[in-house]
Amino acid sequence: MSGYGIEDLVYILPIVFLLVWALVLVLVEAFTKRPDVTMLLAAFGLLAAVTLSVIQFGTEATAFKEMLTVDGYAVFVYMLVLASGLLSLGLAYDYNRRMGWARGEYYILMLFSIAGAMLMASAANLIVVFLALELLSIPLYVMAAFVPNDASSEEAGLKYFLLGAFAGGFVLYGVALIYGATGATNLMDVVAAALGTNSPVMLLTGAALILVGLGFKVALVPFHMWTPDVYQGAPTPVTAYMAVVAKAGGFAALFRVFIAAFPSVSADLTPVIATLVVLTLVVGNVAALAQKNIKRMLAYSSISHAGFLMMAFVTYGSALYADAVTSLLFYLLAFTVTSFGSWAVVIALEKAEGKGLDFEDYAGLGKKYPMLSAAMLVFLLSFAGVPPTLGFAGKFFLFRTVLEAGYAWLAIVGVIMSLVSAFYYLRVVRFMYFEQGDPEVRSEPVLNLVTAITVVGTIFLFLFSGPLLAWASEAVLALI
Amino acid sequence: MVPIEYYVALSAILFMIGTMGVLTRRNAIIIFMSIELMLNAANLLFVAFARMYEALSGQIFVFFVMTVAAAEVAVGLALIVAVFRTKHSINIDEASTLKG
Repeated sequence: MSGYGIEDLVYILPIVFLLVWALVLVLVEAFTKRPDVTMLLAAFGLLAAVTLSVIQFGTEATAFKEMLTVDGYAVFVYMLVLASGLLSLGLAYDYNRRMGWARGEYYILMLFSIAGAMLMASAANLIVVFLALELLSIPLYVMAAFVPNDASSEEAGLKYFLLGAFAGGFVLYGVALIYGATGATNLMDVVAAALGTNSPVMLLTGAALILVGLGFKVALVPFHMWTPDVYQGAPTPVTAYMAVVAKAGGFAALFRVFIAAFPSVSADLTPVIATLVVLTLVVGNVAALAQKNIKRMLAYSSISHAGFLMMAFVTYGSALYADAVTSLLFYLLAFTVTSFGSWAVVIALEKAEGKGLDFEDYAGLGKKYPMLSAAMLVFLLSFAGVPPTLGFAGKFFLFRTVLEAGYAWLAIVGVIMSLVSAFYYLRVVRFMYFEQGDPEVRSEPVLNLVTAITVVGTIFLFLFSGPLLAWASEAVLALI
Repeated sequence: MVPIEYYVALSAILFMIGTMGVLTRRNAIIIFMSIELMLNAANLLFVAFARMYEALSGQIFVFFVMTVAAAEVAVGLALIVAVFRTKHSINIDEASTLKG
Protein backbone atom coordinates (compact mmCIF):
# COMPACT_ATOMS: atom_id res chain seq x y z
CA MET A 1 0.00 0.00 0.00
CA SER A 2 1.35 3.36 -0.86
CA GLY A 3 0.08 6.78 0.07
CA TYR A 4 -3.11 7.60 1.89
CA GLY A 5 -6.58 7.23 0.51
CA ILE A 6 -9.89 8.82 1.22
CA GLU A 7 -10.74 5.81 3.41
CA ASP A 8 -8.15 6.93 5.94
CA LEU A 9 -10.06 10.17 6.38
CA VAL A 10 -13.36 8.30 6.57
CA TYR A 11 -12.10 6.13 9.42
CA ILE A 12 -11.34 9.16 11.56
CA LEU A 13 -14.24 11.22 10.27
CA PRO A 14 -15.46 12.42 13.70
CA ILE A 15 -12.05 13.96 14.41
CA VAL A 16 -11.57 15.38 10.92
CA PHE A 17 -15.06 16.84 10.99
CA LEU A 18 -14.52 18.44 14.39
CA LEU A 19 -11.22 20.03 13.34
CA VAL A 20 -12.63 21.38 10.05
CA TRP A 21 -15.71 22.64 11.87
CA ALA A 22 -13.53 24.42 14.42
CA LEU A 23 -11.58 26.12 11.61
CA VAL A 24 -14.84 27.22 9.98
CA LEU A 25 -15.99 28.62 13.31
CA VAL A 26 -12.80 30.66 13.60
CA LEU A 27 -13.91 32.48 10.44
CA VAL A 28 -17.54 32.71 11.54
CA GLU A 29 -16.49 34.24 14.85
CA ALA A 30 -14.10 36.65 13.12
CA PHE A 31 -16.84 38.00 10.86
CA THR A 32 -19.92 37.89 13.08
CA LYS A 33 -18.46 38.45 16.57
CA ARG A 34 -21.55 36.82 18.06
CA PRO A 35 -20.51 34.46 20.87
CA ASP A 36 -24.03 33.03 21.10
CA VAL A 37 -23.98 32.02 17.46
CA THR A 38 -20.53 30.46 17.80
CA MET A 39 -21.67 28.56 20.87
CA LEU A 40 -24.72 27.15 19.11
CA LEU A 41 -22.65 26.18 16.08
CA ALA A 42 -20.05 24.54 18.34
CA ALA A 43 -22.83 22.54 20.03
CA PHE A 44 -24.11 21.54 16.61
CA GLY A 45 -20.60 20.42 15.61
CA LEU A 46 -20.28 18.31 18.74
CA LEU A 47 -23.68 16.69 18.11
CA ALA A 48 -22.68 15.95 14.52
CA ALA A 49 -19.42 14.40 15.75
CA VAL A 50 -21.42 12.27 18.21
CA THR A 51 -23.56 11.05 15.31
CA LEU A 52 -20.49 10.25 13.23
CA SER A 53 -19.01 8.35 16.19
CA VAL A 54 -22.22 6.35 16.65
CA ILE A 55 -22.01 5.32 13.01
CA GLN A 56 -18.49 4.08 13.71
CA PHE A 57 -19.59 1.54 16.31
CA GLY A 58 -18.14 -1.79 15.37
CA THR A 59 -15.51 -0.33 13.06
CA GLU A 60 -12.09 -1.77 13.57
CA ALA A 61 -9.49 -0.24 11.39
CA THR A 62 -6.17 1.48 11.35
CA ALA A 63 -5.70 4.66 9.38
CA PHE A 64 -2.71 6.53 7.99
CA LYS A 65 -0.35 3.55 7.96
CA GLU A 66 -1.15 2.40 11.47
CA MET A 67 -0.72 5.86 12.94
CA LEU A 68 -4.28 5.81 14.25
CA THR A 69 -6.59 3.05 15.39
CA VAL A 70 -10.35 3.22 15.40
CA ASP A 71 -11.88 0.56 17.62
CA GLY A 72 -14.52 0.19 20.31
CA TYR A 73 -12.17 1.56 22.95
CA ALA A 74 -11.48 4.69 20.93
CA VAL A 75 -15.15 5.20 20.10
CA PHE A 76 -16.10 4.82 23.78
CA VAL A 77 -13.68 7.60 24.68
CA TYR A 78 -14.91 9.69 21.71
CA MET A 79 -18.45 9.52 23.06
CA LEU A 80 -17.27 10.35 26.56
CA VAL A 81 -15.28 13.46 25.60
CA LEU A 82 -17.89 14.67 23.11
CA ALA A 83 -20.56 14.39 25.79
CA SER A 84 -18.20 16.22 28.16
CA GLY A 85 -17.82 18.92 25.53
CA LEU A 86 -21.59 19.38 25.29
CA LEU A 87 -21.96 19.50 29.08
CA SER A 88 -19.18 22.04 29.44
CA LEU A 89 -20.70 24.22 26.71
CA GLY A 90 -23.81 24.18 28.89
CA LEU A 91 -21.77 25.15 31.95
CA ALA A 92 -19.92 27.92 30.14
CA TYR A 93 -22.82 29.54 28.33
CA ASP A 94 -24.57 31.26 31.24
CA TYR A 95 -21.40 31.63 33.31
CA ASN A 96 -19.43 33.50 30.65
CA ARG A 97 -22.27 35.95 30.12
CA ARG A 98 -22.85 36.43 33.83
CA MET A 99 -19.15 37.17 34.37
CA GLY A 100 -19.11 39.49 31.39
CA TRP A 101 -16.45 37.92 29.22
CA ALA A 102 -18.42 35.87 26.72
CA ARG A 103 -16.13 35.38 23.72
CA GLY A 104 -16.67 32.98 20.85
CA GLU A 105 -13.02 31.89 20.83
CA TYR A 106 -13.66 29.98 24.03
CA TYR A 107 -15.91 27.46 22.29
CA ILE A 108 -13.56 27.14 19.32
CA LEU A 109 -10.57 26.39 21.54
CA MET A 110 -12.67 23.78 23.28
CA LEU A 111 -13.44 22.05 19.98
CA PHE A 112 -9.73 21.85 19.15
CA SER A 113 -8.93 20.45 22.54
CA ILE A 114 -11.69 17.82 22.27
CA ALA A 115 -10.26 16.73 18.92
CA GLY A 116 -6.92 16.31 20.72
CA ALA A 117 -8.50 14.11 23.40
CA MET A 118 -10.13 11.99 20.70
CA LEU A 119 -6.81 11.60 18.90
CA MET A 120 -5.19 10.48 22.15
CA ALA A 121 -7.69 7.64 22.39
CA SER A 122 -6.95 6.64 18.79
CA ALA A 123 -3.19 7.08 18.77
CA ALA A 124 -1.37 3.94 17.70
CA ASN A 125 2.00 5.59 17.33
CA LEU A 126 4.00 7.25 20.06
CA ILE A 127 4.65 10.38 18.06
CA VAL A 128 0.88 10.73 17.55
CA VAL A 129 0.46 10.39 21.31
CA PHE A 130 2.77 13.38 21.75
CA LEU A 131 1.08 15.47 19.03
CA ALA A 132 -2.41 14.65 20.33
CA LEU A 133 -1.33 15.50 23.87
CA GLU A 134 -0.20 18.92 22.69
CA LEU A 135 -3.38 19.45 20.68
CA LEU A 136 -5.35 18.64 23.82
CA SER A 137 -3.21 20.85 26.06
CA ILE A 138 -2.32 24.01 24.14
CA PRO A 139 -5.94 25.22 23.79
CA LEU A 140 -6.45 24.37 27.46
CA TYR A 141 -3.61 26.69 28.52
CA VAL A 142 -5.40 29.55 26.77
CA MET A 143 -8.77 28.58 28.21
CA ALA A 144 -7.36 28.51 31.75
CA ALA A 145 -6.11 32.10 31.30
CA PHE A 146 -9.29 33.23 29.57
CA VAL A 147 -10.54 35.86 32.04
CA PRO A 148 -9.20 39.22 30.85
CA ASN A 149 -7.07 41.24 33.31
CA ASP A 150 -7.61 38.77 36.10
CA ALA A 151 -4.45 37.95 38.01
CA SER A 152 -5.54 34.55 39.28
CA SER A 153 -6.80 33.29 35.92
CA GLU A 154 -3.63 34.43 34.15
CA GLU A 155 -1.50 32.92 36.87
CA ALA A 156 -3.40 29.63 36.54
CA GLY A 157 -2.84 29.69 32.78
CA LEU A 158 0.89 30.37 33.15
CA LYS A 159 1.38 27.66 35.78
CA TYR A 160 -0.58 25.16 33.74
CA PHE A 161 1.39 26.09 30.65
CA LEU A 162 4.84 25.81 32.25
CA LEU A 163 4.14 22.50 33.97
CA GLY A 164 2.19 21.13 31.00
CA ALA A 165 5.03 21.92 28.59
CA PHE A 166 7.50 20.44 31.08
CA ALA A 167 5.43 17.23 31.14
CA GLY A 168 5.29 17.27 27.34
CA GLY A 169 9.10 17.34 27.33
CA PHE A 170 9.18 14.18 29.44
CA VAL A 171 6.77 12.37 27.13
CA LEU A 172 8.81 13.38 24.09
CA TYR A 173 12.13 12.31 25.58
CA GLY A 174 10.53 8.99 26.54
CA VAL A 175 9.35 8.52 22.96
CA ALA A 176 12.84 9.33 21.67
CA LEU A 177 14.42 6.75 23.99
CA ILE A 178 11.93 4.10 22.90
CA TYR A 179 12.67 4.94 19.29
CA GLY A 180 16.32 4.41 20.10
CA ALA A 181 15.74 1.11 21.91
CA THR A 182 13.44 -0.43 19.32
CA GLY A 183 13.85 1.53 16.10
CA ALA A 184 10.12 2.14 15.99
CA THR A 185 7.42 4.37 17.41
CA ASN A 186 4.49 2.37 16.11
CA LEU A 187 3.00 0.47 19.07
CA MET A 188 2.87 -2.87 17.23
CA ASP A 189 6.48 -2.61 16.09
CA VAL A 190 7.61 -1.44 19.52
CA VAL A 191 6.13 -4.51 21.21
CA ALA A 192 7.72 -6.83 18.65
CA ALA A 193 11.12 -5.16 18.93
CA ALA A 194 10.90 -4.86 22.73
CA LEU A 195 10.99 -8.64 23.14
CA GLY A 196 14.36 -8.88 21.46
CA THR A 197 15.81 -5.55 22.49
CA ASN A 198 19.39 -5.41 23.65
CA SER A 199 18.83 -2.19 25.58
CA PRO A 200 16.09 -2.93 28.11
CA VAL A 201 17.28 -0.06 30.31
CA MET A 202 16.61 2.46 27.57
CA LEU A 203 13.18 0.94 26.92
CA LEU A 204 12.31 0.97 30.61
CA THR A 205 13.52 4.56 31.03
CA GLY A 206 11.48 5.58 28.01
CA ALA A 207 8.33 3.92 29.35
CA ALA A 208 8.90 5.49 32.77
CA LEU A 209 9.32 8.97 31.25
CA ILE A 210 6.06 8.58 29.33
CA LEU A 211 4.40 7.50 32.58
CA VAL A 212 5.76 10.60 34.33
CA GLY A 213 4.67 12.93 31.53
CA LEU A 214 1.15 11.56 31.32
CA GLY A 215 1.07 11.36 35.12
CA PHE A 216 1.45 15.16 35.15
CA LYS A 217 -1.49 15.49 32.78
CA VAL A 218 -3.86 13.29 34.78
CA ALA A 219 -2.55 14.74 38.09
CA LEU A 220 -1.00 11.78 39.87
CA VAL A 221 0.94 12.43 43.07
CA PRO A 222 3.83 13.43 43.11
CA PHE A 223 3.17 15.24 39.83
CA HIS A 224 0.05 17.01 41.03
CA MET A 225 1.45 20.31 42.45
CA TRP A 226 -0.15 22.40 39.73
CA THR A 227 -3.65 20.96 40.11
CA PRO A 228 -5.17 22.87 43.05
CA ASP A 229 -3.80 26.24 41.88
CA VAL A 230 -4.87 25.78 38.28
CA TYR A 231 -8.29 24.40 39.19
CA GLN A 232 -8.89 27.30 41.56
CA GLY A 233 -7.61 30.07 39.28
CA ALA A 234 -9.12 28.93 35.99
CA PRO A 235 -12.70 29.94 35.15
CA THR A 236 -14.97 27.28 36.71
CA PRO A 237 -16.37 25.85 33.43
CA VAL A 238 -12.78 25.41 32.21
CA THR A 239 -11.90 23.65 35.46
CA ALA A 240 -14.85 21.30 35.01
CA TYR A 241 -13.81 20.65 31.45
CA MET A 242 -10.15 19.97 32.12
CA ALA A 243 -10.85 17.85 35.18
CA VAL A 244 -12.68 15.40 32.96
CA VAL A 245 -11.34 15.67 29.43
CA ALA A 246 -7.63 15.98 30.22
CA LYS A 247 -7.99 12.91 32.47
CA ALA A 248 -10.00 10.94 29.91
CA GLY A 249 -7.48 11.69 27.16
CA GLY A 250 -4.47 11.04 29.38
CA PHE A 251 -5.75 7.72 30.71
CA ALA A 252 -6.96 6.59 27.29
CA ALA A 253 -3.49 7.07 25.82
CA LEU A 254 -1.71 5.70 28.88
CA PHE A 255 -3.66 2.45 28.74
CA ARG A 256 -3.39 1.89 25.03
CA VAL A 257 0.34 2.61 25.00
CA PHE A 258 1.21 0.48 28.00
CA ILE A 259 -1.01 -2.47 27.13
CA ALA A 260 -0.08 -2.51 23.47
CA ALA A 261 3.59 -1.62 23.63
CA PHE A 262 5.10 -2.32 27.05
CA PRO A 263 3.83 -5.65 28.39
CA SER A 264 7.48 -6.74 28.52
CA VAL A 265 8.37 -4.22 31.24
CA SER A 266 5.22 -4.69 33.33
CA ALA A 267 7.07 -6.64 36.03
CA ASP A 268 9.40 -3.67 36.57
CA LEU A 269 6.73 -1.01 36.35
CA THR A 270 3.91 -2.54 38.39
CA PRO A 271 5.48 -1.79 41.82
CA VAL A 272 6.08 1.80 40.66
CA ILE A 273 2.48 2.12 39.54
CA ALA A 274 1.16 0.65 42.79
CA THR A 275 3.27 3.17 44.73
CA LEU A 276 1.90 6.02 42.62
CA VAL A 277 -1.65 4.81 43.26
CA VAL A 278 -1.19 4.68 47.04
CA LEU A 279 0.55 8.08 47.13
CA THR A 280 -2.15 9.66 44.97
CA LEU A 281 -4.99 8.23 47.03
CA VAL A 282 -3.46 9.20 50.36
CA VAL A 283 -2.20 12.68 49.46
CA GLY A 284 -5.29 13.57 47.41
CA ASN A 285 -7.76 12.57 50.09
CA VAL A 286 -5.85 13.81 53.13
CA ALA A 287 -5.10 17.20 51.55
CA ALA A 288 -8.77 17.56 50.58
CA LEU A 289 -9.69 17.29 54.26
CA ALA A 290 -7.97 20.61 54.99
CA GLN A 291 -9.65 22.67 52.24
CA LYS A 292 -12.18 25.44 52.79
CA ASN A 293 -12.59 26.52 49.18
CA ILE A 294 -14.89 24.26 47.20
CA LYS A 295 -12.84 24.52 44.00
CA ARG A 296 -9.67 23.45 45.79
CA MET A 297 -11.55 20.67 47.56
CA LEU A 298 -12.86 19.36 44.24
CA ALA A 299 -9.34 19.69 42.81
CA TYR A 300 -7.90 17.40 45.48
CA SER A 301 -10.93 15.16 45.09
CA SER A 302 -10.16 14.88 41.36
CA ILE A 303 -6.56 13.98 42.23
CA SER A 304 -7.87 11.18 44.42
CA HIS A 305 -10.13 9.99 41.61
CA ALA A 306 -7.09 9.89 39.33
CA GLY A 307 -5.64 7.54 41.94
CA PHE A 308 -8.72 5.31 41.77
CA LEU A 309 -8.57 5.30 37.97
CA MET A 310 -4.88 4.44 38.10
CA MET A 311 -5.74 1.47 40.31
CA ALA A 312 -6.98 -0.39 37.26
CA PHE A 313 -3.50 0.04 35.86
CA VAL A 314 -1.66 -2.24 38.31
CA THR A 315 -3.09 -5.24 36.50
CA TYR A 316 -1.89 -4.23 33.07
CA GLY A 317 0.69 -6.97 32.73
CA SER A 318 -1.58 -9.72 34.04
CA ALA A 319 -4.21 -11.76 32.25
CA LEU A 320 -6.95 -9.69 33.84
CA TYR A 321 -6.15 -6.42 32.18
CA ALA A 322 -9.26 -6.63 29.94
CA ASP A 323 -11.48 -6.49 33.03
CA ALA A 324 -9.32 -3.71 34.40
CA VAL A 325 -9.74 -1.55 31.32
CA THR A 326 -13.47 -2.22 31.38
CA SER A 327 -13.75 -1.01 34.94
CA LEU A 328 -11.51 1.96 34.11
CA LEU A 329 -13.84 3.04 31.29
CA PHE A 330 -16.85 2.57 33.55
CA TYR A 331 -15.24 4.57 36.36
CA LEU A 332 -14.32 7.29 33.88
CA LEU A 333 -17.97 7.48 32.81
CA ALA A 334 -19.14 7.68 36.45
CA PHE A 335 -16.55 10.35 37.23
CA THR A 336 -17.54 12.38 34.15
CA VAL A 337 -21.24 12.52 35.00
CA THR A 338 -20.71 13.20 38.71
CA SER A 339 -17.97 15.73 38.18
CA PHE A 340 -19.90 17.87 35.71
CA GLY A 341 -22.90 17.80 38.03
CA SER A 342 -20.93 19.00 41.03
CA TRP A 343 -19.24 21.76 39.02
CA ALA A 344 -22.66 22.87 37.74
CA VAL A 345 -23.76 23.43 41.35
CA VAL A 346 -20.51 25.28 42.11
CA ILE A 347 -21.13 27.54 39.11
CA ALA A 348 -24.70 28.20 40.22
CA LEU A 349 -23.43 29.58 43.53
CA GLU A 350 -20.33 31.37 42.24
CA LYS A 351 -20.26 35.15 42.15
CA ALA A 352 -17.90 37.59 40.47
CA GLU A 353 -14.25 37.88 41.57
CA GLY A 354 -14.03 34.39 43.06
CA LYS A 355 -16.71 34.97 45.69
CA GLY A 356 -19.23 32.36 46.71
CA LEU A 357 -16.74 29.51 46.61
CA ASP A 358 -16.19 28.81 50.31
CA PHE A 359 -17.98 26.13 52.28
CA GLU A 360 -19.67 28.88 54.33
CA ASP A 361 -21.38 30.11 51.18
CA TYR A 362 -23.26 26.80 51.05
CA ALA A 363 -24.81 27.32 54.48
CA GLY A 364 -28.57 27.25 54.36
CA LEU A 365 -28.73 26.00 50.79
CA GLY A 366 -30.88 23.03 51.81
CA LYS A 367 -33.67 25.21 53.16
CA LYS A 368 -33.70 27.87 50.47
CA TYR A 369 -32.99 25.79 47.36
CA PRO A 370 -34.01 22.21 48.18
CA MET A 371 -33.71 20.98 44.59
CA LEU A 372 -30.21 22.33 44.04
CA SER A 373 -28.89 21.04 47.34
CA ALA A 374 -30.52 17.63 46.75
CA ALA A 375 -28.64 17.53 43.45
CA MET A 376 -25.37 18.43 45.17
CA LEU A 377 -26.07 15.72 47.76
CA VAL A 378 -26.45 13.14 44.98
CA PHE A 379 -23.15 14.20 43.39
CA LEU A 380 -21.24 14.17 46.66
CA LEU A 381 -22.61 10.73 47.54
CA SER A 382 -21.62 9.53 44.09
CA PHE A 383 -18.09 10.92 44.56
CA ALA A 384 -17.87 9.14 47.91
CA GLY A 385 -19.17 5.92 46.37
CA VAL A 386 -22.45 5.51 48.22
CA PRO A 387 -25.28 3.53 46.53
CA PRO A 388 -27.57 4.09 44.65
CA THR A 389 -25.28 6.23 42.54
CA LEU A 390 -23.05 5.72 39.55
CA GLY A 391 -19.98 6.41 41.66
CA PHE A 392 -20.75 3.35 43.80
CA ALA A 393 -21.00 1.10 40.74
CA GLY A 394 -17.72 2.50 39.43
CA LYS A 395 -15.85 1.83 42.66
CA PHE A 396 -17.48 -1.59 43.04
CA PHE A 397 -16.34 -2.84 39.63
CA LEU A 398 -12.89 -1.33 40.10
CA PHE A 399 -12.26 -2.86 43.53
CA ARG A 400 -13.60 -6.21 42.31
CA THR A 401 -11.09 -6.25 39.44
CA VAL A 402 -8.24 -5.27 41.72
CA LEU A 403 -9.21 -8.03 44.18
CA GLU A 404 -9.40 -10.63 41.43
CA ALA A 405 -5.96 -9.63 40.25
CA GLY A 406 -4.60 -10.45 43.71
CA TYR A 407 -4.04 -6.92 44.99
CA ALA A 408 -6.25 -7.27 48.05
CA TRP A 409 -4.13 -4.77 50.03
CA LEU A 410 -4.61 -2.16 47.31
CA ALA A 411 -8.37 -2.67 47.36
CA ILE A 412 -8.29 -2.21 51.14
CA VAL A 413 -6.35 1.04 50.77
CA GLY A 414 -8.98 2.10 48.24
CA VAL A 415 -11.86 1.35 50.58
CA ILE A 416 -10.19 3.17 53.50
CA MET A 417 -9.54 6.19 51.31
CA SER A 418 -13.16 6.18 50.13
CA LEU A 419 -14.14 6.42 53.80
CA VAL A 420 -11.73 9.31 54.32
CA SER A 421 -13.19 11.04 51.28
CA ALA A 422 -16.69 10.74 52.75
CA PHE A 423 -15.53 13.10 55.56
CA TYR A 424 -14.85 16.06 53.32
CA TYR A 425 -17.79 15.42 50.99
CA LEU A 426 -20.13 15.25 53.96
CA ARG A 427 -18.68 18.51 55.34
CA VAL A 428 -20.31 20.28 52.40
CA VAL A 429 -23.55 18.42 53.14
CA ARG A 430 -23.38 19.57 56.75
CA PHE A 431 -23.03 23.19 55.63
CA MET A 432 -25.92 22.82 53.19
CA TYR A 433 -28.39 21.30 55.64
CA PHE A 434 -27.30 22.07 59.20
CA GLU A 435 -25.89 25.60 59.10
CA GLN A 436 -27.77 28.85 58.94
CA GLY A 437 -27.20 31.06 55.95
CA ASP A 438 -28.79 32.94 53.11
CA PRO A 439 -27.22 31.91 49.81
CA GLU A 440 -28.15 33.66 46.58
CA VAL A 441 -28.55 31.56 43.45
CA ARG A 442 -29.55 32.86 40.07
CA SER A 443 -31.68 30.48 38.08
CA GLU A 444 -30.18 30.04 34.63
CA PRO A 445 -31.99 27.70 32.25
CA VAL A 446 -29.00 26.05 30.51
CA LEU A 447 -27.17 25.52 33.79
CA ASN A 448 -30.28 24.02 35.38
CA LEU A 449 -30.58 21.70 32.40
CA VAL A 450 -27.00 20.46 32.88
CA THR A 451 -27.64 19.89 36.58
CA ALA A 452 -30.86 18.00 35.84
CA ILE A 453 -29.23 15.82 33.18
CA THR A 454 -26.32 14.90 35.42
CA VAL A 455 -28.52 14.14 38.45
CA VAL A 456 -30.73 11.88 36.37
CA GLY A 457 -27.61 10.34 34.83
CA THR A 458 -25.97 9.69 38.20
CA ILE A 459 -28.97 7.75 39.52
CA PHE A 460 -30.56 6.41 36.36
CA LEU A 461 -27.35 5.09 34.81
CA PHE A 462 -26.66 3.28 38.08
CA LEU A 463 -29.75 1.16 37.39
CA PHE A 464 -28.29 0.32 34.01
CA SER A 465 -24.78 -0.45 35.26
CA GLY A 466 -24.97 -3.96 33.82
CA PRO A 467 -25.60 -3.02 30.18
CA LEU A 468 -23.14 -0.10 30.46
CA LEU A 469 -20.46 -2.41 31.77
CA ALA A 470 -21.22 -4.82 28.95
CA TRP A 471 -20.78 -1.98 26.48
CA ALA A 472 -17.48 -0.98 28.05
CA SER A 473 -16.34 -4.58 28.00
CA GLU A 474 -17.19 -4.91 24.31
CA ALA A 475 -15.24 -1.75 23.69
CA VAL A 476 -12.24 -3.27 25.41
CA LEU A 477 -12.38 -6.56 23.54
CA ALA A 478 -11.33 -4.69 20.45
CA LEU A 479 -8.18 -3.55 22.19
CA ILE A 480 -6.87 -7.06 22.68
CA MET B 1 31.77 8.59 12.36
CA VAL B 2 30.91 9.74 15.88
CA PRO B 3 29.64 6.76 17.91
CA ILE B 4 25.98 6.83 18.96
CA GLU B 5 26.87 6.82 22.66
CA TYR B 6 28.30 10.33 22.35
CA TYR B 7 25.03 11.66 20.98
CA VAL B 8 23.01 9.90 23.67
CA ALA B 9 25.30 11.27 26.39
CA LEU B 10 25.12 14.83 25.01
CA SER B 11 21.37 14.61 24.70
CA ALA B 12 21.02 13.27 28.26
CA ILE B 13 23.17 16.15 29.54
CA LEU B 14 21.05 18.70 27.65
CA PHE B 15 17.87 17.11 29.01
CA MET B 16 19.26 17.26 32.56
CA ILE B 17 20.25 20.90 32.17
CA GLY B 18 16.76 21.64 30.91
CA THR B 19 15.09 19.80 33.78
CA MET B 20 17.29 21.46 36.39
CA GLY B 21 16.58 24.82 34.78
CA VAL B 22 12.84 24.32 35.08
CA LEU B 23 13.14 23.23 38.69
CA THR B 24 15.56 25.89 39.94
CA ARG B 25 15.09 29.08 37.91
CA ARG B 26 12.39 31.57 38.87
CA ASN B 27 12.02 33.67 35.74
CA ALA B 28 9.14 32.40 33.57
CA ILE B 29 11.05 33.11 30.33
CA ILE B 30 14.11 31.18 31.50
CA ILE B 31 11.94 28.27 32.62
CA PHE B 32 10.37 28.31 29.20
CA MET B 33 13.82 28.31 27.54
CA SER B 34 14.77 25.31 29.68
CA ILE B 35 11.68 23.47 28.44
CA GLU B 36 12.72 24.21 24.87
CA LEU B 37 16.13 22.76 25.70
CA MET B 38 14.43 19.54 26.85
CA LEU B 39 12.54 19.31 23.56
CA ASN B 40 15.73 19.89 21.60
CA ALA B 41 17.52 17.20 23.60
CA ALA B 42 14.83 14.82 22.39
CA ASN B 43 15.29 16.12 18.83
CA LEU B 44 18.99 15.35 18.99
CA LEU B 45 18.17 11.79 20.07
CA PHE B 46 15.70 11.37 17.22
CA VAL B 47 18.23 12.52 14.63
CA ALA B 48 21.06 10.43 16.09
CA PHE B 49 18.94 7.28 16.18
CA ALA B 50 17.57 7.94 12.72
CA ARG B 51 21.16 7.90 11.51
CA MET B 52 21.94 4.76 13.47
CA TYR B 53 18.93 2.87 12.06
CA GLU B 54 19.39 4.52 8.66
CA ALA B 55 15.68 5.36 8.76
CA LEU B 56 14.14 8.69 7.85
CA SER B 57 11.28 8.55 10.33
CA GLY B 58 13.33 9.95 13.22
CA GLN B 59 14.30 12.99 11.21
CA ILE B 60 10.69 13.61 10.24
CA PHE B 61 9.60 13.51 13.88
CA VAL B 62 11.92 16.43 14.51
CA PHE B 63 9.84 18.56 12.16
CA PHE B 64 6.71 17.67 14.09
CA VAL B 65 8.42 18.55 17.35
CA MET B 66 9.62 21.87 15.99
CA THR B 67 6.06 22.70 14.89
CA VAL B 68 4.72 21.86 18.33
CA ALA B 69 7.47 23.94 19.94
CA ALA B 70 6.50 26.89 17.74
CA ALA B 71 2.86 26.57 18.78
CA GLU B 72 3.94 26.42 22.42
CA VAL B 73 6.06 29.55 21.99
CA ALA B 74 3.09 31.42 20.54
CA VAL B 75 0.82 30.52 23.44
CA GLY B 76 3.50 30.66 26.13
CA LEU B 77 4.85 34.10 25.29
CA ALA B 78 1.30 35.45 25.02
CA LEU B 79 0.57 34.12 28.51
CA ILE B 80 3.80 35.57 29.89
CA VAL B 81 3.00 38.98 28.37
CA ALA B 82 -0.52 38.85 29.81
CA VAL B 83 0.83 38.05 33.27
CA PHE B 84 3.46 40.79 32.96
CA ARG B 85 0.82 43.37 32.05
CA THR B 86 -1.27 42.52 35.10
CA LYS B 87 1.48 42.01 37.68
CA HIS B 88 4.51 43.81 36.20
CA SER B 89 6.65 40.80 37.00
CA ILE B 90 7.28 37.38 35.52
CA ASN B 91 8.95 35.96 38.60
CA ILE B 92 6.96 32.85 39.38
CA ASP B 93 7.57 33.21 43.11
CA GLU B 94 5.45 36.34 42.98
CA ALA B 95 2.74 34.40 41.20
CA SER B 96 1.17 33.29 44.43
CA THR B 97 -2.35 34.65 44.36
CA LEU B 98 -3.56 31.09 44.54
CA LYS B 99 -2.88 29.02 47.59
CA GLY B 100 -4.74 27.24 50.30
